[in-house]
Amino acid sequence: MSQSQATLPLRQKIEHLEMRGITKIFPGVVANDRVDFDVREGEVHALLGENGAGKSTLMKILYGLYEPNEGEIRINGQPVRIRSPKDAIALGIGMIHQHFMLVDTLTVAENIALGLPSSRRFITDLDVVARRTLELAETYGLHVDPEAYIWQLAVGQRQRVEILKALYRGADLFILDEPTAVLTPQEVDEFMGTMRQMTRERHSIIFITHKLHEVIATCDRVTVLRNGRRVASRPVDGCTKLDLARLMVGHDIVLPKITSAPKQGEVRLQLQEVHALSERGTLALRGVNLQVRAGEIVGVAGVSGNGQSELAEVITGLRRVTQGKIFVNGQETTGKPPADLLQLGMAYIPEERMRDGIISDFTVSENVILRNHNHAPYARRGFLLHRIIAEITDRLIRLFDIRTPSRLTPAGNLSGGNIQKVVLARELSRTPKVLIAAQPTRGVDIGAIEFIHKNLLDQREAGAAILLISEDLDEVLSLSDRVAVMYEGRIMDILDAKDAERGKIGLLMAGVRPE
Amino acid sequence: MDTSQLLSATVLVGILTAGIRLASPYLFAAIGEMFGQRSGVLNLGVEGQMLMGAFTAFYVTLRTGNPWLGLLAAMAVGALMGLAMAVVSVTWRAVQGISGIGFYIVGMGLSELLFKTLLGEVKVINTGFNAVNIPLLSQIPVLGEIFFRQNVMTYLAFTLVPVAWFVLYKTPLGLKIRAVGENPHAADTLGVNVAHIRYLTVTMGGVFSAMAGAALSVANLNVFQENMTAGMGFIAVALVYFGGWRPFGVLFGALLFSMVMALQIFMQVYRVPVPSEFLIMMPYVLTMIVLVLTVGRVRAPAALTKPFVRE
Repeated sequence: MSQSQATLPLRQKIEHLEMRGITKIFPGVVANDRVDFDVREGEVHALLGENGAGKSTLMKILYGLYEPNEGEIRINGQPVRIRSPKDAIALGIGMIHQHFMLVDTLTVAENIALGLPSSRRFITDLDVVARRTLELAETYGLHVDPEAYIWQLAVGQRQRVEILKALYRGADLFILDEPTAVLTPQEVDEFMGTMRQMTRERHSIIFITHKLHEVIATCDRVTVLRNGRRVASRPVDGCTKLDLARLMVGHDIVLPKITSAPKQGEVRLQLQEVHALSERGTLALRGVNLQVRAGEIVGVAGVSGNGQSELAEVITGLRRVTQGKIFVNGQETTGKPPADLLQLGMAYIPEERMRDGIISDFTVSENVILRNHNHAPYARRGFLLHRIIAEITDRLIRLFDIRTPSRLTPAGNLSGGNIQKVVLARELSRTPKVLIAAQPTRGVDIGAIEFIHKNLLDQREAGAAILLISEDLDEVLSLSDRVAVMYEGRIMDILDAKDAERGKIGLLMAGVRPE
Repeated sequence: MDTSQLLSATVLVGILTAGIRLASPYLFAAIGEMFGQRSGVLNLGVEGQMLMGAFTAFYVTLRTGNPWLGLLAAMAVGALMGLAMAVVSVTWRAVQGISGIGFYIVGMGLSELLFKTLLGEVKVINTGFNAVNIPLLSQIPVLGEIFFRQNVMTYLAFTLVPVAWFVLYKTPLGLKIRAVGENPHAADTLGVNVAHIRYLTVTMGGVFSAMAGAALSVANLNVFQENMTAGMGFIAVALVYFGGWRPFGVLFGALLFSMVMALQIFMQVYRVPVPSEFLIMMPYVLTMIVLVLTVGRVRAPAALTKPFVRE
């Protein structure tokens, strides 16, 4: 019966969980190579690594979604077999996936009850589930309405439902897969509070992340994976961000910053009172005025959803301007199609790289030539020149350090960072005059971030006018000559790099103009 | 006879009575299909399953004289066809729209072959399910005649609707079915076996489709002819969309359709001066109009037609 299952676990509590010598081989890749990992009761253990380092694979093995080729799992010293999520749940393991595993059209209580036996056997006991959920919500400070449908909830609330789901099933050990990636800064603070409450109740937490400051702030121990192997496992006390970054990537990481003064050239991009509608038909841009000169990076900071996506789209000709004017290289381009902007030397690193950046079923090679495929050097008299395409693509793969089995691999099979490098190779190899970079490092690992930042600065040196739209304030501050802050479809203010301090920008992002 | 007679009380009662009876095959087939679709599987083979059900029920009833045996045999054949559809679409992950049409053709061809080899000619039975008057209720004026003097299959079909509603919304099984059709990955992480649920709904869908066929051959018409369903299985699939994947929505759609069907039959009988071709078109044209009007108002199960692969 669900109630007794949630409150009186018949099994042993997980005091110590060990994974020993775990090896998992996928066709052509060793995802985990003899990895050891362990968690103790009441501990937060960070699992750190770049994309593709094998973190998710290891945790999917622990949760019964994959079977390892070798290795064993022990709970309190006893070997256990976990062949399905059902086994994992029965042993007291809960997993909060990065992409929430919730059924949008069902209520909170229905999502929690799903898969559990009902106390009334053949009839659902949603009222019992709802009552018990409220009790758990009270204990852990996870407030949510059991009758609400998932589609009605904000992201932070959905995450609470995920945690409640695992708590309800009596989980001792929680696997949290990049739990903060989708949260706003306020929600992150709340979430940290929840984690503290969970460890106080003697739950153990495995915290998967690639955000170093979160590891330092919240975790007791950290295990670092690189290329499927464990490279370190140690207490967090005494570790610095730099130590962790070095372990993760295998060499020292120094994120580049602008040092030189901008070589202020002519105005390459100009927006005058630009208005545009959002997807939903509401006014997303309400009179944007902006200039970007050759040889400078203008950063656009702001909380997500204040018109940044629409700004990138109107400049690149992908969204209709309802009012106002846009000039590129002194020519008016308002209402011109993307092809015309391309002729003027516009390059675009789109925010949604899987949707707008690449065609995922096309090969790396095809994606690289996508913009210029119909003329020299890639084509002549309507025919593609495969030998030349191969040569150029192979050169770009080396130059942009794209980690791919070959140029004929479908681009969609690559990791996020490498997909972004494919986009970069295509857009930057043409030495653009104007570059629009929207969230260029979102979801990519630190090695790729370093590479992308360096390339943006190289383009700046080469005299491109760059508009960098990013929700990562650190990124905007370290790369921009000037910082424009967007709020509700307007530019609140534009600050020179030397005046752009965090507190001031934070206020502007919230729509407050400092006195 | 003239048109005014069509509006007399007796004729109206006749139309409604026929409409209720004609709804039963659509209800069986559409409710079965609804369960499959709610779990994420589109079965376009309903028509073939109905034909096989119709033949099996008819043949066994003809040989044994017992329509219950006929019905049971039809249900077993339907379960087998449903199971085969589940193997193809769940285990082998075939494209559902295409494999369903394959099963339609198999069912139609096989029922014709069996008809030719085992019967050879159109026969009529008189041992089918006859009308059963429900005590007391059938004595109610007008309503009694319309609702409570029907055959057993019609009663079963209408009982199925609230039962389906209860199973779908009030039982743990129904919760699993709805979850699997919306987000099978979420259900999987909670230990719900996605394949088991889909096997169950698709197999049950086959059973209900075969019952729909039996409702025609051993209850409503007491005859078997080649391709006697004439598209009813496809109409049933359309009714699932029209009904918004909800049991009572399907009921409303089936009734609307069967009532118009009954009306056009009576209009032909009473020689309403409209070419019969147009009258026969009426229910189908109505289906199209109604489907166009419902587009966008209801949302299909998010995982419909998508085979499940654990990532």
